[in-house]
Amino acid sequence: MLGPNGSGKTTLLRVIAGLLLPEAGQVACNGRDTRADRDAWSAAFSYLAHSDGLKPELTAGENLAFEVGLRRRVSQAEVDGALGDLGIAHARNQLVATLSAGQCRRVAFARIMLSGAPLWILDEPYTNLDRDGSVFASAIIGRHLDAGGTALIAAHQPPAIPGHRPRNLELAA
Amino acid sequence: MSRTTTLSAALLVYRRDLLLAQRHWGQVAQPLVFFVMVATLFPLALSPELSELRRIASGVLWVAALLASLLGLELLFRSDHADGTLEQMLLSGQPLSVLALAKGFAHWTACGLPLVLFSPFVAGAIGVPLDSLGTVMVSLALGTGILSAIGAIGSALTLGLRRGSLLLGLLVLPLAMPALIFGARAIDLSIQGDSARGPLLLLAAMLVLAVTLAPPAIAAALRISAE
Repeated sequence: MLGPNGSGKTTLLRVIAGLLLPEAGQVACNGRDTRADRDAWSAAFSYLAHSDGLKPELTAGENLAFEVGLRRRVSQAEVDGALGDLGIAHARNQLVATLSAGQCRRVAFARIMLSGAPLWILDEPYTNLDRDGSVFASAIIGRHLDAGGTALIAAHQPPAIPGHRPRNLELAA
Repeated sequence: MSRTTTLSAALLVYRRDLLLAQRHWGQVAQPLVFFVMVATLFPLALSPELSELRRIASGVLWVAALLASLLGLELLFRSDHADGTLEQMLLSGQPLSVLALAKGFAHWTACGLPLVLFSPFVAGAIGVPLDSLGTVMVSLALGTGILSAIGAIGSALTLGLRRGSLLLGLLVLPLAMPALIFGARAIDLSIQGDSARGPLLLLAAMLVLAVTLAPPAIAAALRISAE
């Protein structure tokens, strides 16, 4: 989903996620209104918002164990593996308050990765990520797509996912 | 990959909130300090005569507890809202009312329970006889539970507002009045040597009602605040 600032990318993603009510129309998945069973719809996707959704007073590991744990059983080894995949294995026992914005984004990405949801809704996933971080993120999105998953990404430029061509939806300002 | 059961999700929320309370215990201790301070101001302002203090002790304890728990409510959802973790809970696919109940219970454990445990000392200091301390604790235990449940609704409703504290008080205090009346009455009866069973049972009924009805209301309020 591409478009200039203020074109409504975030708003549309929040409507799809069920955080906002559409003024008209409905969000349907496989022909069923997603509002009919909100919890079932929420379980089907994982949402990376503008804010990383991490508690500064908890460590990266604790944050992941909690937020992924709400959705599915997750082992400590899985959490460590995901942090390692994103190149921040050392951050596991660090308070999120002490991490940089880019490191926080990577932890948030680890949450999406661990969620096990078939649909990823990513709002500007590359924000704050450095070059390595963007490469990690693209590789992880690529693996998700390879496994048959779907990703809905809002961005300024079409993301480069190795081996995949995105379908672009342009929003006008 | 197995889904988390609703019960273990609630336990996760409860444990996380207690861990957070432990990490910034200074903020969590504020209601307790407030309660102790307000209750001990009365002997200084009125008279140190225990017989005189005893007549108003029930009211002092309850009003102090009411205002103290109002103070703690600010913490309940605000920081989760600010850092986006509330949104993640909303989208976790778990029933939000159950998560809200777990959050409310954790809040009571961190803010209400210490107040209950401390109340005999405060009550003793303002002339409540030894025989009545049990009633003080039971009445405040039921009362702080009711206040946490009602307060959580107000806290969830005022979440999106920048200066919600005043509105929170205006919303919560009228709803807390019945509990205040029966709670203070129970302590009064006990001090006079009568049985406090009646008002305590009524308080317990109110607690059951509040804990049953509050979670769906909190969940609805949180969804509105997230928009």
